[in-house]
Amino acid sequence: MKKTQNQKAWFMVLPVLLLVAFSAIIPLMTVVNYSVQDTFGNNEFFWVGLEWFEEILHSERMHDALRRQIIFTLIIMTIEIPLGIFVALNMPKKSGLWTSLCLVLVALPLLIPWNVVGTIWQIFGRVDIGLLGYTLDYIGINYNYTQDATAAWFTIIIMDVWHWTSLVVLLSYAGLKSIPDDYYQAAKIDQASRWNVFRYIELPKMKGVLLIAILLRFMDSFMIYTEPFVVTGGGPGNATTLLSIDLVKMAIGQFDLGPAAAFSLIYFLVILLISWVFYTVMINSDKGNG
Amino acid sequence: MKINTSALVMILYILFLMLPIYWLINMSLKTNQEILNTFSLWPNELTFDNYIVIFTDPSWYGGYLNSITYVVMNTVISLSVALPAAYAFSRYRFMGDKHLFFWLLTNRMAPPAVFALPFFQLYSSVGLFDTHIAVALAHTLFNVPLAVWILEGFMRSVPKEIDETAYIDGYGFFTFFRKIFMPLIASGIGVAAFFCFMFSWVELLLSRTLTSVDAKSIAATMTRTVSASGLDWGVLAAAGVLTIVPGALVIYFVRNHIAKGFALGRV
Repeated sequence: MKKTQNQKAWFMVLPVLLLVAFSAIIPLMTVVNYSVQDTFGNNEFFWVGLEWFEEILHSERMHDALRRQIIFTLIIMTIEIPLGIFVALNMPKKSGLWTSLCLVLVALPLLIPWNVVGTIWQIFGRVDIGLLGYTLDYIGINYNYTQDATAAWFTIIIMDVWHWTSLVVLLSYAGLKSIPDDYYQAAKIDQASRWNVFRYIELPKMKGVLLIAILLRFMDSFMIYTEPFVVTGGGPGNATTLLSIDLVKMAIGQFDLGPAAAFSLIYFLVILLISWVFYTVMINSDKGNG
Repeated sequence: MKINTSALVMILYILFLMLPIYWLINMSLKTNQEILNTFSLWPNELTFDNYIVIFTDPSWYGGYLNSITYVVMNTVISLSVALPAAYAFSRYRFMGDKHLFFWLLTNRMAPPAVFALPFFQLYSSVGLFDTHIAVALAHTLFNVPLAVWILEGFMRSVPKEIDETAYIDGYGFFTFFRKIFMPLIASGIGVAAFFCFMFSWVELLLSRTLTSVDAKSIAATMTRTVSASGLDWGVLAAAGVLTIVPGALVIYFVRNHIAKGFALGRV
């Protein structure tokens, strides 16, 4: 759509700007402020320049948390995106009771408060009272997510797959539904194989929504806090201490304001940078589709 | 044959999704003794005591009321500022519009963990700590950008000729917006409201940091109970089940638009 030039549109954006300024810029400035100062209590602050940034960038702790975070995000994305597409391809397309039921049930995990998701899996995975833990124990697998790092990782990954695959399903489903029937009929006439239909019709049409899915999954998994916090508390040891968990430990647990603030800013910048890349690709593909 | 495999895949996937939820419901209907001592796929001695505890103890049901209060506040605030902004983004070009739009989105990318402490200090210093409005305002951080994004997507699909015809017919901007434009994007508004509701409802970290007693959210109540008394599994499970109910209800109402909504109106 062609848009008209109109500077007065600024007035319509103004309420959002004021609100976001209050809820984003002021807190962010506080963070910036802490990141360049040190304190010995009593509200006395000293300028320390970029010291905290250097400390954080060279700290083993940050590197480890970042490495765990990247591994976590990569694993869940390689599971959730293909699985989500696969399930979406099998979603019923005609509207009816079965379709409504599928939609509601598939969307349900997304609407459960994140700490309850944690609680559900905390219970489900327990060897003594949880179905999953009990079953695994019964067939002879040594599974104890509070003590064994592999089991803890397995739990938080399957939890995230359970929680968020539906998002990819719904997005892909929205993309698939926008494909007109004519395309499939043409493919039928050409006797295209199922794979070719997917590769040359469905996948290109889903490209836009898949980019949104990847962007959202990247962002949200990179910021994940509540669910692993409830299930493992970052443990055993530091095995599942992802970036947010580490940050909250540092800022609210130990009250190391300076390093925590520097950590926050670096963390935020990493997310911004990667998201910006996805966003640019997304906008360009939007234009390509007209 | 093909339909059958599709149905099979769906049934397996839904089974995978429902099993942990079933287990939670199962546990919420057992006594603590039964939970800890016997392992059974369904409750042997059916009990509703856990639910009765929640509905009679103000510290429990108060949590639900507090959560719903700030969620509704947040939805109203987010939508009322996002509507005009989304209209501006979808219809006009103005100085810095693209940068502004991306900057708004960056707030959706901000990890709540980064903002927890500064929010606590900000709202304490203006005397809003432990109020519903503090949590509602804090949640606008990610809900306003999301609402703008979704609404803009829906508004783009309304042809601009409608605006122009309305102006020629002598409608003022506000009458046009209220009487003609809003009904046209009603489903978009519904979907945006749904998402504001959803993300405010599921969030824990900020709502827990910003409240202590008077406005304590149900999520915070649950996590604190775990750390305090530790082992009242039945009540914990019942509380969990009850947090799923509002979500299930709202999904039912938007089920036909939900897929488009998750695509942010961009299909």
